[in-house]
Amino acid sequence: MISSTLILCVISLDSSGASVVGLANTSITVAGSKADLRGKIPLNELGQEISAPPAAISISAEDVAWDAGGVIKVSWQPAAGTTSATKWIVERSEVLAAGQGAGQGAGQGPWTLVAEVPIAETNAVVSKLSPDASFFFRVTAVSPNGSSAVTTTKSAATGHWNFFIGAKLPLFCAILLVSACVIYFILAARRGRPMKVRRIAALEAITDAVGRATEMGRSILFVPGIQDMDNIQTVAGLTVLGNVSRTAAEYDAAIEVPTSRSLVMEAAREAVQASYLAAGRADAYNADAIRYITDEQFGFVAYVSGRMVREKPAACFYMGCFFAESLILAETGNSIGAIQIAGTAESSQLPFFVAACDYTLIGEEFMAASAYLSGEPDQIGSLKGQDVAKAIAAIIIILGVVLATGAAIAPQGAMPAALEWLKGVLGS
Amino acid sequence: MKRLVPMWIAIIAGFVMLLSTFFPITESLGETVGEIFNVVAAIAFVLGAGSLAKVNLAKISRRDQGWGYAAITLICFTITLVVGLGKIGVPQSTQFPLLGWSGEKDAEGSIFGWIYEFALVPITSTMFALLAFYVASAAFRAFRAKNLEAILLLSTAFIVLLGRTFAGVVLTGWLPDWASGLRLENLSVYIMQVFNTAGNRAIIIGIALGVTATSLRILLGVDRSWMGSGD
Repeated sequence: MISSTLILCVISLDSSGASVVGLANTSITVAGSKADLRGKIPLNELGQEISAPPAAISISAEDVAWDAGGVIKVSWQPAAGTTSATKWIVERSEVLAAGQGAGQGAGQGPWTLVAEVPIAETNAVVSKLSPDASFFFRVTAVSPNGSSAVTTTKSAATGHWNFFIGAKLPLFCAILLVSACVIYFILAARRGRPMKVRRIAALEAITDAVGRATEMGRSILFVPGIQDMDNIQTVAGLTVLGNVSRTAAEYDAAIEVPTSRSLVMEAAREAVQASYLAAGRADAYNADAIRYITDEQFGFVAYVSGRMVREKPAACFYMGCFFAESLILAETGNSIGAIQIAGTAESSQLPFFVAACDYTLIGEEFMAASAYLSGEPDQIGSLKGQDVAKAIAAIIIILGVVLATGAAIAPQGAMPAALEWLKGVLGS
Repeated sequence: MKRLVPMWIAIIAGFVMLLSTFFPITESLGETVGEIFNVVAAIAFVLGAGSLAKVNLAKISRRDQGWGYAAITLICFTITLVVGLGKIGVPQSTQFPLLGWSGEKDAEGSIFGWIYEFALVPITSTMFALLAFYVASAAFRAFRAKNLEAILLLSTAFIVLLGRTFAGVVLTGWLPDWASGLRLENLSVYIMQVFNTAGNRAIIIGIALGVTATSLRILLGVDRSWMGSGD
């Protein structure tokens, strides 16, 4: 009969030289002892260690700098022989002020699991902690044979608030750069500097589409996407709606705007009413033509598709944020022979619109539509600023390609360092 | 004034949201703006429901073509609203057994949950399933070899399509290892990872710049057409 001895008691050395003796989840410290008993860990018949793994030698916790607070990095030093374990368990305990604890005195809260990390790793970033609250951390190695003794931080750590989130610095700089370009060209346009914008066929076709609907005596359908007013694409869609409805008012064509959000319905009504007023056709404005259907994606599509098949609008505009419904709408519009103009910044939906619509505003063209249609120098100037920012982005991309190619060809030269520097600057 | 107040609300809310992204001290302000938006959207839902009822009631009273559908819409709307708000058939919450209406509105056994599970989900799934047919008809039109660009598009689509099926492996599996890059499954991956990714990123960079410029125009009050006229 084969028998084996199971010893649950493991001993390892911590950073102070004291031995930490663990029995399951309990631990005692033997001060001053430096006896190494790891050699006495019993093995099974296959020569495998069958006792619990040794505890971490030391553990520390520090605040992560330049963050939004509530993030602490916990690091520990594993003892030799920890490789038999499968993972580390990291727990935290909040430092309680007087009156918060069970005994109503200052002390520690209960231990809560915050992370489980692979055994090869020696640190964990603990986030979503209460900012400016202090915590103790402890770590335990876990193996199929049991858990090591716990190793606890000697002092509490606090995830302090910082003035600025450092990880977002490249994004902040990029926004400042683009904003500076846009504002500079807006001011330049105000000073009378001529701005040239290339012709956008889809926007030029708006007048033709509205004219066609007028000639055919049919309505115009405008769908401002399926998202709410907190989506910039919906706002961009409404800016186009203002222009389309103004043209429709001038041509005396009926316009219908089904919406999938109540707030969008109200905003669309304001936009269309203002356009009818501006065109001197306030009497022709019909608020009921701009109606709320449902928030449900496919319920909305079912209504709009059915409406298209029954009413057969001569012109269909899809301007906003769309998802899977984009192709259903565009194909239905195509089947009834309507002239279709779409615009979205959802890159995954662009191929569907390109395939099924007559004209498609691709991404930035859609965002530029309002400025283009207004013809105002201020807004055209902003497009110029956007172009300059795009040129800067192109230069950075070319620089990155050259450096990456150079680093691949000559890995020992200066190129890899330059590439790493560029990556660091861009925050990638 | 009708234009000025919304414009300033948009400007202040926009800058608060922007600052809260970078400066933690303004994070709670950003959350407050988000909560205000949710409250406004919830209030606006009453207006939306009012519009729905008004339009459909008018259609019924005029006996317009398809007025029966309007009647069905209103009946379904009313039933769902009543069973949802009244929590009809909702079992009592085990957490708060003494409180009336403490169960979840869509808990198992509730009529609202039943409507969702056995009416709404199958109907929306049916609409979604139609997408397959629309994809086929759109692809048929898009891939007609009318000119050089269309031929290139068709060829690329054909490679990607075959490369993602077993047919691609069977057709070009005989190619030797030194020409393995020409196997359809590898060509498909190459097209998607290099050409498709490059084009997609170009569009995304343009969109990001466009979003920044549009947001700036609105935040600076240069573009006011989202409120109606630019006046």
